[in-house]
Amino acid sequence: MAIVEVEHLSKVYAVAMKEPGLAGTLRHFWQRQFRDVVAVQDVSFQIEAGEVVGFLGPNGAGKTTTLKMLTGLIHPSAGSVHVAGYVPFRRSPAFLAKITLVMGQKQQLLWDLPALDSLRINAAVYGLSDAVFHDRLTELGEMLNLGEKLTQPVRKLSLGERMKMELLAALIHRPQVLFLDEPTLGLDVNAQVSVRQFLQQYNQHYGATVLLTSHYMADITALCERVLLIHQGHLIYDGSLDGLLDRFAPYRAVQLDLAQGPRETVSLRQQLAAYGEVESLEGNRVRLLVQREALTATVSRILTELDVADLTVTDPPIEDVIGRVFQTGVVDGGSPS
Amino acid sequence: MRSLWQRADRSGRASLRLPAILLSVYYAYMLEYRAELLLWALSGSLPIILMGVWTQAAQNGQFGLSAIAFARYFLAVFLIRQLTVVWVIWEFEKEVVQGKLSPRLLQPLDPVWHHVASHLAERLARVPFTLALMGLFFLLYPQAIWFPGWTNLLWFCLVIVLAFTLRFLIQYTFALLSFWIERATAIEQFWFLLYLFLSGMVAPLEIFPPTVRAIVLWTPFPYLINFPAAILVGMPVDLKQGLLAIAAWGALFLVLNRWLWRRGLKHYSGMGA
Repeated sequence: MAIVEVEHLSKVYAVAMKEPGLAGTLRHFWQRQFRDVVAVQDVSFQIEAGEVVGFLGPNGAGKTTTLKMLTGLIHPSAGSVHVAGYVPFRRSPAFLAKITLVMGQKQQLLWDLPALDSLRINAAVYGLSDAVFHDRLTELGEMLNLGEKLTQPVRKLSLGERMKMELLAALIHRPQVLFLDEPTLGLDVNAQVSVRQFLQQYNQHYGATVLLTSHYMADITALCERVLLIHQGHLIYDGSLDGLLDRFAPYRAVQLDLAQGPRETVSLRQQLAAYGEVESLEGNRVRLLVQREALTATVSRILTELDVADLTVTDPPIEDVIGRVFQTGVVDGGSPS
Repeated sequence: MRSLWQRADRSGRASLRLPAILLSVYYAYMLEYRAELLLWALSGSLPIILMGVWTQAAQNGQFGLSAIAFARYFLAVFLIRQLTVVWVIWEFEKEVVQGKLSPRLLQPLDPVWHHVASHLAERLARVPFTLALMGLFFLLYPQAIWFPGWTNLLWFCLVIVLAFTLRFLIQYTFALLSFWIERATAIEQFWFLLYLFLSGMVAPLEIFPPTVRAIVLWTPFPYLINFPAAILVGMPVDLKQGLLAIAAWGALFLVLNRWLWRRGLKHYSGMGA
């Protein structure tokens, strides 16, 4: 049996509407008008134990709403959810002991105290004995490289350290299913990498299931083999990450800084078009879209044929990929709907 | 075997372990605010100001209470206010509006216990300041020193716990309205006005006109301040009636509270949790 089972899940919110201006404000005061907003519509998927799944979609696509239904924070409007055999919104203690939710923008640690104090509360809440608590603290503390930071007030920690501390707090009861909402939000590259490595390690070590949302493509590529794509409340892709990129983003963005001064633009543009689609050309800076299969050959040609000061190759922005998937309107990869 | 032992150990000690850890952590949390504690204790000195007003008035007019009796009464009110200050509605409203309730809801512990623990811990941290202020008062005004007697002292200890519980329960019940309205604290502010006048904070119930007093005794307010204060200073009180009233109001608000909690959680999603 899959550890996460979602069938025909929907969520509709009533949102208060206010027109602009004083008249609108007064009308809003006397008579609130509500409009139904469909946040999630008829979403179905299953996740097997031990899988790491990326949950992608633009802002407002319904990712967080889905995570909240999976953790039992909100009631679904329709459809059914089972996590580890439980119905989440009943929030039974046995269910809560098996899951965790980490939200990049929200924190649970007490701000003015060392994290250790908050962790002691968590350990007691989940009924861990002192011995178990200390074992896990040592283990997770080493994996996250936190050590002496445990006794520093949380407000004195850097954003990266705080996020790692939040992860420690969220995992002290060793949950089987991890729901992570933007766990690397706002972190610098090094901190992102270490959070990523930790999650990978945790998944391998404990066989935990992970469902992760992120706007950083690197998080997804490093951790997830499978991705779910959600757009305007609909699940529009469920399948492997490779399949998603091959199909919907078969190109890479190559950015060049040319060493020589600007030349006549039209001829330069023509010259550059031989390597790929010219996305932008400003002064010495060029952005090219190059087919993935031709990338290596094209880059070496560019380096030999042009006088290049700097060259970077990047993934297309995730929003672009999602946009393409949405435009083609494909639902794929075994989504039962 | 080990897990069995752990489980037995857990069920044996868990019942005490969790409250003890919650209290100790929140006590540490409150001690982070050393300077603020003194200011918070001082900010509850309204009864001391009113004491000045009433003792002056008692010297000139007929109130049935002497200046010393007024002084003791308001000192008792000061102590009771210090021991029953509740701010859960501000904390809870913030948690709901900012979505900070979510992580708490994902733990197998009713979030209210965090608030209870922080209130109790704050009380422990505040007591030394309160006693120091009272000591200072007696130093300046030794005529007011009194000993209420052991029986009254014991009743006072019981009633003050009940008064705090009722005050917390009422405010936490209003706090749950944060699930539906953006500023539940507005209700508390209005309620506080009634509390101020009807609890005996600005004047002892003793000097209210008899009909007004009879009506006020049907409300929960006098049991939050006047009732414990009267016990402490040795004014006549109807113990049985007072305890019954606290139990009745407590039961009413408890039922309302649990009902609102269940309804509120379902509604919580509307705000994006």
